[in-house]
Amino acid sequence: MRQLTKGNVAVVKGAILAGCRAYYGYPITPASEIAEAAALYLPQVGGTFLQAESEVSAINMVYGASSAGVRVMTASSGPGLSLMQEGLSYLAAAELPCVVVDVVRGGPGLGNIAPEQSDYFAIVKGGGHGCYRNLVLAPASVQEMADLTMLAFELADRYRNPAVVLTDGFIGQMMEPLELHAHISQAPEKPWAVRGTPETRPNVVTSIHLEPDTLEAHVRKLEGKYKLAEKLEPRFETYRTEDADVLLVGYGIVSRVLRSTVDQLRERGVRAGLFRPVTLYPFPARALKQEVDDVRLVQVVEMSTGMMVEDVRLTIEGRVPVEFYSRVGGNVPSAEEVRDHLLQRMAAPVA
Amino acid sequence: MSDYQVTHSKSRVFYDVFERKPELKHQTHYCPGCGHGVAHKLVAEAIEELGLQERTIFVSPVGCSVFAYYYFDVGNVQAAHGRCPAVATGVKRACPESIVVAYQGDGDLAAIGTAEILHAANRGEKITVFFINNAIYGMTGGQMAPTTLVGQKSTTSPWGRRPGNEGYPLHVAELLATLEAPVYIERVALCDNKNTMKARKAVRKALELQKNGAGFTFVEILSPCPTIWKMDPLDARRWIEEKMLPVFPLGVLRDRTTPQVEDSAIPQRTMAEALELEPLEAEAAELKHAQKAAGHSLALNMAGFGGQGVLLLGQIVAEMGMREGLEVSWLPSYGPEMRSGSAHCHVCLAEERIGSPLITHPDVLIAMNEISLRKFAPQVKRGGLILYNRSALPEGFSVPQARVVCVPASDLADQIGTAKVANVVLLGALMAESELLTQECAIAVLESTVGTKAKGAALIEMNRRALEAGREFMKKAATPVLH
Repeated sequence: MRQLTKGNVAVVKGAILAGCRAYYGYPITPASEIAEAAALYLPQVGGTFLQAESEVSAINMVYGASSAGVRVMTASSGPGLSLMQEGLSYLAAAELPCVVVDVVRGGPGLGNIAPEQSDYFAIVKGGGHGCYRNLVLAPASVQEMADLTMLAFELADRYRNPAVVLTDGFIGQMMEPLELHAHISQAPEKPWAVRGTPETRPNVVTSIHLEPDTLEAHVRKLEGKYKLAEKLEPRFETYRTEDADVLLVGYGIVSRVLRSTVDQLRERGVRAGLFRPVTLYPFPARALKQEVDDVRLVQVVEMSTGMMVEDVRLTIEGRVPVEFYSRVGGNVPSAEEVRDHLLQRMAAPVA
Repeated sequence: MSDYQVTHSKSRVFYDVFERKPELKHQTHYCPGCGHGVAHKLVAEAIEELGLQERTIFVSPVGCSVFAYYYFDVGNVQAAHGRCPAVATGVKRACPESIVVAYQGDGDLAAIGTAEILHAANRGEKITVFFINNAIYGMTGGQMAPTTLVGQKSTTSPWGRRPGNEGYPLHVAELLATLEAPVYIERVALCDNKNTMKARKAVRKALELQKNGAGFTFVEILSPCPTIWKMDPLDARRWIEEKMLPVFPLGVLRDRTTPQVEDSAIPQRTMAEALELEPLEAEAAELKHAQKAAGHSLALNMAGFGGQGVLLLGQIVAEMGMREGLEVSWLPSYGPEMRSGSAHCHVCLAEERIGSPLITHPDVLIAMNEISLRKFAPQVKRGGLILYNRSALPEGFSVPQARVVCVPASDLADQIGTAKVANVVLLGALMAESELLTQECAIAVLESTVGTKAKGAALIEMNRRALEAGREFMKKAATPVLH
């Protein structure tokens, strides 16, 4: 049965279905409803909710809870994620699973509270210090806010690494039907956890490796996990790409806009298609490469001055022209505006 | 059999051989005369005596004691700089039966981790914090600490700590003693045998309190750092006595045996109940309208002042669409503007999956005030509809591309008895124009959303009348044009 649900609330419902029983967070617009829903629901099902004194503390509480082996999460928006970067580096280094939701708002600095996609570099490329990656999922609907949060818990446990749900103010704030299946995912056994029990007494959670050889081996181990994830975990979605001349590429809310743009372009006789990365790390490079075989133009649209477009260009390696269109400051491009931009571009002679 | 009897030995809470240590696995990495060795010993012995080894989780800081897990044969978690109390919070709340020890130095706890320690103490986290205060940064080579004494030289206060530039030594135990929640706070010193024995008692007491389920316990331990202080171990102990004690007086600052106030219990529900996975009785099953042709959709923009129920109206329409079996999206304006001025939302109803929830050219604009009308009317689709909450358009204002119906919704709502239902009057007007939304569904949604919130049959009745008033008004005003 479908419930009309806010994206931010769907995150918490999905998390609880995924067995998450601990939430540590700090309020920030436009992510606060996640903390509010966690505060409402988690204690009713025997879970822990705590509003921390800062995002720095929140992510370190997550570190502590994850050390003890529980499924745990936090959520924030850009400025808060900046503060959590330290913790994310430590979590990845100590191989601790957790789920972090970033409901991206306009930046840099205090910016504004309207949606942007400008945390891509900070989240997808690392953000904290050292050679580590976050596993990054980008929902495009309220349903996916729940579904991908659930998946994020599974991936986080599978790779013993932070998984980030990277979304934006629109997806967080909007309401859409949400259908929850009573599919409850179970956390795997975590024999490495420190629980204050005789069996777990020999365990240690740490991220310090003073000897260069030891640290190198550790970093290579992490690298191996990321290589495996790059092989197994890329996820993507396509729309009307079978005969496409022009391939639009966008994630999250922009992929929704581009879906409309594709229909509008086809009404005007342009054979357009959409490629939407669902995982931003690992980036679905192989799938994208295959999609561009027969296209004449790749049009990337982002609500940033150009971040994911770098991954698209690295993937396509100059085989097809890759153009970039962006809006920032909290402005979401309309389907019509992207359509008109492309129509103009296609009418103009190629330089 | 040996011809001697062991009467004193290393605590069993220490590993016999320090296997985690890269080299010299039989000795610690601490300098001769360092207070950490003594403090570790006191903590290990207390854990052993209280029978807590299996249950203990030791959270180590950044600083010389970062490698405490080389030595303590308990569960170990190493934390980022200053974050032990936050990490310990996460650990303890995940494992309430465990004994959680956070062990921190003065840079870690009193500088970078000030927020973490203060708030963990203020929440009364059931953890024990051992605070090693040696008035200097040891591991990084002798920089100034928050607890560095006035006039004390360090590599970053080469002229001695000058209060005008660097402020005064921070008195953490006293600071925490201003809080309500902590149950035990004491400052001790490792400056001579007598005081070390006092420290031993304090360490044990703190852990015993945690064992008994008491709240936050804290022991500040004044501790020698001969290497950085550039003293021999005996002089270092003397320096504590002569220089540190006058600044950091010893003693018990909090010892509360009275039980803490228990929070009231939060009612427990099953996951299905809590997440409302079961259908509510009041909610009707989704209605599938087979007669609707594919491709039907409606894009609405609703706008007005904050408080006019614009966002709620949008939610009601979206809920109705969902129950009619349609795909729907509701996208609000959000944030401070909700309080200070205008609010608006975009609602899409469609038979197919919805692309952009952001509407550039709506089929329908519901404008509840003049500002919204002027702002959004030009965006309405050619042949679209504007429902305007007034009896007439502003003078000289026209919208050539769309049909405008002036519905004096606020006036009609007033006649019904409350201005609050003006949005429902407009819903009634909208329904007169669209086959996508049905009367029975509207009533069901109003009962479950508006009705439940207000908990009043009277308000439900007013909503029914408002719905009807809107429909009636439209019947008189014009014939339907949409779909």
